[in-house]
Amino acid sequence: MNGAEAILEALEREGVEVIFGVPGGANMPMYDAMYGRPGLKHVLGRHEQGSIHAAEGYASSSGRTGVVFATSGPGALNLVTGLADALMDSVPLVAITGQVARAAVGTDAFQEADVTGVTMPVTKHNYLVQDVNEIPRIVKEAFVIASTGRPGPVLIDVPKDVQLEEFTGSFEAKPRLPGYRPTVKGHPRQLEKALAALGRARQPVMMVGGGGHDAADALRRFAEASRIPVITTLKGLGVLPGDHPQVLGMPGMHGTVAANRAIQHADLILAIGMRFDDRITGNIAKFAPNVKTLIHVDIDPAEIGKVVETHVPIVGDARWVSERLAQSATALELDEWWARIRDWQRRHPLPMPERERLSSQEVIRAFWEATGGEAYVTTGVGQHQMFAAQFWKPKFPRSFVTSGGLGTMGYGLPAAVGVQVAHPGATVLNFDGDGSFQMTLQELATLVKYDLPVKTVLLNNGYLGMVRQWQDLFNDKRYAEVHLEDSNPDFAKLAEAFGVKGFTVERREDLKEAVEATLAHDGPVLAEFRVFHEEGVFPMIPAGGSAEDMIIENPREVQR
Amino acid sequence: MRHVVSVLVEDHPRVLTRITSLFARRGFNIESLAVGKTHLPGLSRISIVVLGDDRTIEQVEKQLNKLVEVIKVTDHSEPHVEREMALVKVRTEGVEERLQIKEIVEAFRARAVDVGRSSSIYEVTGDPGKIEGFIAGLEPYGVLEVMRSGAVAMSRGEAILKPRLKKEAV
Repeated sequence: MNGAEAILEALEREGVEVIFGVPGGANMPMYDAMYGRPGLKHVLGRHEQGSIHAAEGYASSSGRTGVVFATSGPGALNLVTGLADALMDSVPLVAITGQVARAAVGTDAFQEADVTGVTMPVTKHNYLVQDVNEIPRIVKEAFVIASTGRPGPVLIDVPKDVQLEEFTGSFEAKPRLPGYRPTVKGHPRQLEKALAALGRARQPVMMVGGGGHDAADALRRFAEASRIPVITTLKGLGVLPGDHPQVLGMPGMHGTVAANRAIQHADLILAIGMRFDDRITGNIAKFAPNVKTLIHVDIDPAEIGKVVETHVPIVGDARWVSERLAQSATALELDEWWARIRDWQRRHPLPMPERERLSSQEVIRAFWEATGGEAYVTTGVGQHQMFAAQFWKPKFPRSFVTSGGLGTMGYGLPAAVGVQVAHPGATVLNFDGDGSFQMTLQELATLVKYDLPVKTVLLNNGYLGMVRQWQDLFNDKRYAEVHLEDSNPDFAKLAEAFGVKGFTVERREDLKEAVEATLAHDGPVLAEFRVFHEEGVFPMIPAGGSAEDMIIENPREVQR
Repeated sequence: MRHVVSVLVEDHPRVLTRITSLFARRGFNIESLAVGKTHLPGLSRISIVVLGDDRTIEQVEKQLNKLVEVIKVTDHSEPHVEREMALVKVRTEGVEERLQIKEIVEAFRARAVDVGRSSSIYEVTGDPGKIEGFIAGLEPYGVLEVMRSGAVAMSRGEAILKPRLKKEAV
């Protein structure tokens, strides 16, 4: 057995079933070792960025650790965006890259790059394998680090000669991580404090982030027993069903009026598995000004107190803590508070402007109604992403897969590849924008190669729409370099050229039929919807603003 | 505020890079950094002098703790010993000046480690204030070169920076 075979053996022992990746000169031994290992399915991407986002989609939608392979130099460097994305959004990944042979390291060899150096700030940890017999220990450690505590990406760089060297070590080697001890159990006294504060609160809210997906069941029991209003961050969408009566939707820059007002007036915030991103808080000095008790539950101690002042810090696993909360929950006296919240909801529903042309919002709503929310959704990044976050009400945890922290355009299509691989029988919708889609569209070929029936719903507004919106609001409509329509491809024809069913929809009267046709087709589809060009995402809190500065409706239309 | 932070780390390649890269990325200010092996096999110890308010230092500690190869971090806010060593090369030409320099050297409990025809090297150890005082005292005679080791620190009394024996279940 050589080093490459030892890597695959170690991966199988970790329970890995799928590897996403692209072969090249320096990782060929690992691909050679795949021959004769039917237990490991490989999904060939058309670009390493596509493969790593696919691994992220696989991991985010399943909770399992995603695995991605790339060759040295350019192959590995193409992973960088995905690694940074996974680090920001706490996605468990193990990336294994080929490196030039040990003797060539440091000589500017062909396809050489200092991959452990480059990826150091965008991984939770990384390794350069120097000794073939250390492979089992390193792979075990990588999976422990990637999947426990606050999950994240781990990269293992393996020189080609190490891959080819005879392996004489043992697979029984144990991880040796003396400095790695995630705290799972919350401190009992802090929990007591939290429960006592909850009992006294008149206007509490719970804010749940991406850390809540594994705790969804307990969080729901706690929420229903206590009657606390629930705000789900972009990464927390689906922890409780989006249409649950206690869910107020997303907070922050493009959050609902009810969610933002509730935070503004709350006397207690119970934050679980979220990190007070600037897109949520806006101006920190004016964030949640009436809070007397801020309880922050997070498995990463560095997130507690990083952004907002915390009164009751609870370092621990969201599920562990939520189970305790659920066990001790009692119904809170919140009738007055709910009456205020219901009033905000009634007066300020999410804007659904009536247009002559189709709007992104109505397309997303039509898909939601047609599926009843029983689907996995991925998105690119931009206006369509925010519309999807507002109008798609995920029915179950891990079903809304999006690039939150890093905001990686081009995430949607490759992520959908991974989601569909993880959930072969499920409906997978990729809500994408014309700008975002064109950053990674080569992965249409991956859909065809593996017969993955992903439905891309392309909301084409002919612009880099989010930038255009900011230029409209803050740059006096100076639309610098955001026009795409003059040079966009014919998306339906493009899809057909890949062998993907493609069609274009322009008229409202065709919407229902198009939605049905998209969902009914048993292979991949690209449905292009030509939507109103100058749509804005509202409500909007301008960057650095507070809930007081919330623009509830499009000011252009108020003027009209 | 000036803080001295000691970090016990696994003695792996690039561990120092991980730490300095973390400081650069998070915008923490390093005044000095000193690193060396410990008596425990495979473990090195780093003393870092950091400038920042309490909140920054809290983040420094927490972010350092997130590094997989960092075993333990302590901010020496409690009573501790802090020492730095410096080598100072001074112009020593006139006899009169040599005598004056000798007085300064004695006052600071420094010592000559190299005596040349026109210059000498002195070694001084102490807290950073003493080092600065020594250098300032020699300034009038012509300081040619200074090499400071950076501060090293250790808590007084029972507190010991050591690896935990029991590992909490993951």
